[in-house]
Amino acid sequence: MRSDQRSSKWLKLAAISGLLFLHLPLLLIFLYAFTTEATSYQFPPPGLTLDWFEVTWNRADVWEALGLSVKVASISTVIALVLGTLCAAAVSRSRFFGREAISLLVILPIALPGIVTGISLRSAFNLADIPYSTLTIILGHATFCVVVVYNNAVARFRRLSISMIEASMDLGANSFQTFRYIVLPNIATAMLAGGMLAFALSFDEVIVTTFTAGQQATLPIWMLEELVRPRQRPVTNVVAMVVVLVTFLPILGAYYLTRSGTDTAGAGK
Amino acid sequence: MTVAVEFKKVSRHFGAVKAVDEVDLKIDEGSFFAMLGPSGSGKTTSLRLISGFDQPSAGSIHIFGEACETTPPNRRPVNTVFQDYALFPHLTIRDNVAYGLMVRGVKKSLRHQEADEMLSLVKLDSYGDRKPAQLSGGQRQRVALARALVNKPRVLLLDEPLGALDLKLREQMQEELKALQQRLGITFVFVTHDQTEALSMADQIAVFNEGGIVQTGTPEEVYQRPRTKFVADFVGSSNLVPPQISAQLGGQSRWSSLKPEALTLIKHEGAGVVGTIKTVRYLGATNRVTIQVGETELSALLSNSGASWNKGDHVGLQVKPGALYAMEEST
Repeated sequence: MRSDQRSSKWLKLAAISGLLFLHLPLLLIFLYAFTTEATSYQFPPPGLTLDWFEVTWNRADVWEALGLSVKVASISTVIALVLGTLCAAAVSRSRFFGREAISLLVILPIALPGIVTGISLRSAFNLADIPYSTLTIILGHATFCVVVVYNNAVARFRRLSISMIEASMDLGANSFQTFRYIVLPNIATAMLAGGMLAFALSFDEVIVTTFTAGQQATLPIWMLEELVRPRQRPVTNVVAMVVVLVTFLPILGAYYLTRSGTDTAGAGK
Repeated sequence: MTVAVEFKKVSRHFGAVKAVDEVDLKIDEGSFFAMLGPSGSGKTTSLRLISGFDQPSAGSIHIFGEACETTPPNRRPVNTVFQDYALFPHLTIRDNVAYGLMVRGVKKSLRHQEADEMLSLVKLDSYGDRKPAQLSGGQRQRVALARALVNKPRVLLLDEPLGALDLKLREQMQEELKALQQRLGITFVFVTHDQTEALSMADQIAVFNEGGIVQTGTPEEVYQRPRTKFVADFVGSSNLVPPQISAQLGGQSRWSSLKPEALTLIKHEGAGVVGTIKTVRYLGATNRVTIQVGETELSALLSNSGASWNKGDHVGLQVKPGALYAMEEST
């Protein structure tokens, strides 16, 4: 009895330390968004202020970086949604030679270190004489965004019973109608979840972006540059807070969508 | 009589596996046709060939006289009730039933009205607004039926539709299906591995084995006069009599089927075929007696009013004239 209590106390302590280890740095970043000291991170902060929010709001470079990040994340998410869903449909709906290999190859980009993806994309763009631009960043991000969408969609497709699609055809629907009225409603939440994750991944990507960007800076790149220039440091913290919120919400949304979506498809039995 | 579905030397091979091999088949319009066989015998593949989800490797399929090997499923005058029902989980019951009308562009008010009529036909009047997950297995089965019937198909295909139901519900649905078929006059093609289901519901039965049809006929024909050992064994409760014993009992020197009620016992002295009683089971008005004859075990259904027999008795066997029905196999 006593030892049970003690061990559960130790477990609680371990859990709390784990959480602190994970989230204390985050809290520090939040804290320094309010500090009055502009050049160094001294602890404790000499004073608290909301001024940095106004400063950040008025900085054009922040808006430019944010705009670019949103644009890149949105477009690569759309590309990923189309390609990832089609890939998932092909792999789960039909059998063909090399199906397993394709399945593996689609997932590989997320397992590969970003630096390898980055270098290979860079040399590919060089070879093809594509100038580094917003387009190359988008292409770079799409490589790993496709994986997330694919993973979500493929799981849903597996649960979508094939006889449902046959039933639709049997009742007179053509392929387009079957996709529109049967397949799409059943995979929509999975696509949304995958899309949100893809957006969040793209939004805070650094490594691939450094290799594929030209002169432009996405938000994370801008932050890296800002850290080495000790000018209005807390502005970076304010932006970091925004990034945390912007990426956290979609991930949370994706989590709830996939969790409640377990009984939506293939419930014919 | 019009032929609804006709197979002419139809084969469907998957690599080396001959799922359906050179099958000839005629299904009359308005009949309740059962495809009966064990799993892997080709009955479901045959059904999929009719619905269009599968194409024959060779041969031709005619639906109401029209060759349709290349017609896609959505252009055939047939509809299917799937084994797992395949209801659309995201649509209400009413929209499930109205789906076939919706994709044909029927107006919403009209298609909902027709869907409600169909639901009333399968006795689910008040269930239109629910989702499939809220229905029991038997109710889903009826929805699947209503959904397939709303398109007014000329042939309705049913793929083991009662397989997932419990025994009591299955018997009830058997009667309802039969009544529905007679009322609508549509051709029903029904796949099952359950011989009592096929015998009790169908007008015509095709017995499948190893990719081919072994015998086609009315339930009486298939049951009473099985053409092969396989049919006798799969469909009936008949005795399988080896050629030698069959000949001794006055039949042909072939494997023969013999119904238990056509076998009688006499005192063994002087009888041609003798055996030993292994078991006697009391069934009220009759006794079911099993007799060991050499290596064969035969079963007889004897009236309780005659002589009484006990386990271990040596007895002679007699059969009623013409009761031994010779099958194809002579060895």
